[in-house]
Amino acid sequence: MRRLRSPATVLAYIFLGLVFIASVGAPWIAPHGVSEIVGRGWEPPSANALFGTDTVGRDLFSRLIWGAPVTMAIALSATLLAFLLGGATGMLAGLSRGRFGMLLDRMNDVLISLPTLISALVLLSVLPRNTFILVAVIGLLESTRVFRVSRALAAELGAMEFVEVARLRGENLFWIIRAEVLPNALTPLLAEFGLRFTLAVIFLSTLSFLGLGIQPPAVDWGSLVRENKDGIVFSVGAALIPGAAIALLAISVNLVVDRLLERSAATRSGR
Amino acid sequence: MSSRALIPLRFSVREHPILSLVAARVAISIPILFVVSILIFAATEVLPGDVASAVLGQSATPSALAALRAEFNLDQPAYLRYIDWLSGVLGGDLGTSFTSRRDITETISLRLGNTLVLAAATAIVTVPAAVFLGILSVYRHNGFLDRAVNAFTRATVALPEFFSGYLLIFVFAVTLGWLPSSAAVFRDMSPGARAVALILPCITLALAVIGHITTMTRAALLNVMSSPYIEMAELKGLSRWTIIRRHALPNAVGPIANVVALNLAYLVVGVVVVESVFVYPGMGQYMIDAVLRRDVPTVQACGLIFSVAYIVVNMLADIFALIANPRLRHPK
Repeated sequence: MRRLRSPATVLAYIFLGLVFIASVGAPWIAPHGVSEIVGRGWEPPSANALFGTDTVGRDLFSRLIWGAPVTMAIALSATLLAFLLGGATGMLAGLSRGRFGMLLDRMNDVLISLPTLISALVLLSVLPRNTFILVAVIGLLESTRVFRVSRALAAELGAMEFVEVARLRGENLFWIIRAEVLPNALTPLLAEFGLRFTLAVIFLSTLSFLGLGIQPPAVDWGSLVRENKDGIVFSVGAALIPGAAIALLAISVNLVVDRLLERSAATRSGR
Repeated sequence: MSSRALIPLRFSVREHPILSLVAARVAISIPILFVVSILIFAATEVLPGDVASAVLGQSATPSALAALRAEFNLDQPAYLRYIDWLSGVLGGDLGTSFTSRRDITETISLRLGNTLVLAAATAIVTVPAAVFLGILSVYRHNGFLDRAVNAFTRATVALPEFFSGYLLIFVFAVTLGWLPSSAAVFRDMSPGARAVALILPCITLALAVIGHITTMTRAALLNVMSSPYIEMAELKGLSRWTIIRRHALPNAVGPIANVVALNLAYLVVGVVVVESVFVYPGMGQYMIDAVLRRDVPTVQACGLIFSVAYIVVNMLADIFALIANPRLRHPK
């Protein structure tokens, strides 16, 4: 390998590792229960409460750990849903040369012309506010962006000789996608997955921050910002900690994705 | 496509190639706007029950439900209500709020101005700054400045507005005490006080878009900088600054204009979160309140206005790119 890992990338891996550990082992790691009162409201950091206490005296550090699995699980499932929906339809639209592909294209043209946050707000104004709906709404809206990428990838690969050969051999579309297109589109799709995951984290956190995402008593990182935002004007920075965690998560995933793209570009041009 | 339909088009292409391309782009947006209005209306119909029971909740009495249904014509079929709604919207009547019973057009017209001021002020500051940063990092390509700009854009691109906003409030309003922490503006506020209140929300919004514009400006310029005529200019002995200004920038204007307009479209939507961080009385905060109260007519009206603004600015982005791109202006 020509280039050494940059310190920023190493830090990104460490942070992602910590978030992963918190997501899997929250019940064993968190020093306090999720709604356990450990002191007065907005106490400064101490040995008992590492990041201080929140608006009603719960341990912010513990709540951050309890929120990690919620944020990660919802963002991950929404991204998976977006890829199942958008990836499959995008590949079909990119490879099929007929009315069906055209129809998918036009449908996506309309959906992608809408700003995602506004669409989510319109939907959430009538839908019940629960986890299932959140995953469905974020996944559906993100899938229009995944559609665009996977359609472009499939159209590009569909013009290659080996796909043409498979077509002439009489293979059906699903076989071509699975055996010829997907393996060759894996790296860009993986990079896209990382970026979409980042956006799903921010999307979910934004909705929770606005009071439309995770509802109390459940916690995620966005709702932690909402709960503690009133402390800011009294110079209590409690809301900044979950905010920073969201930003760090997004930046870390972006760095890892860059690294992945860099490496695949290096192996491609190196030969 | 039949050849008969093509003849007038081909004629106009010969006369004004750019004009017909622009007209074609505008023509695409009209059906999209129409379908979007249907979607926004239909999205509120997806519930198994109806809007009235969603608004009033499970504890609503049957008579209260019936009264609300009658007041807002909810007992009529959806397509009739859609036609009614759309003709009202086209005539400037956005309907009546479910919860406050106020006229939506009146409330929105007050707040839309505030939102536009915030978005416009941000755009005026951000766009030149971002393009300048992009040019600067190409000027010092691979140098310290380039890497510093790069690190800055990477960090800002991933910052959620509610984090950067509260961080700015914490540092500049609470700790240093230089600026007000909320951007609540009133009608009798002096223009100076208004401007000061807008500083932090503007910076927060700027941070959300500056990274993207800078990165794309840099990429567009670097793309041009690798062409043979730039090498020619270098061999002629022109300074790097002259090369960028005279040779690279004019040829990169298309993609730069495009990304600027795309980010302006984002600004229109980005105000939603920034307004609620800074308690700024704009349309974004109005819409969030309406969503929380399940005030469907208000949500529909705000959603439609935000979507139309987003679609129109996106359309302008494509038109900019068409006009600025010499290859599209003279298609072979």
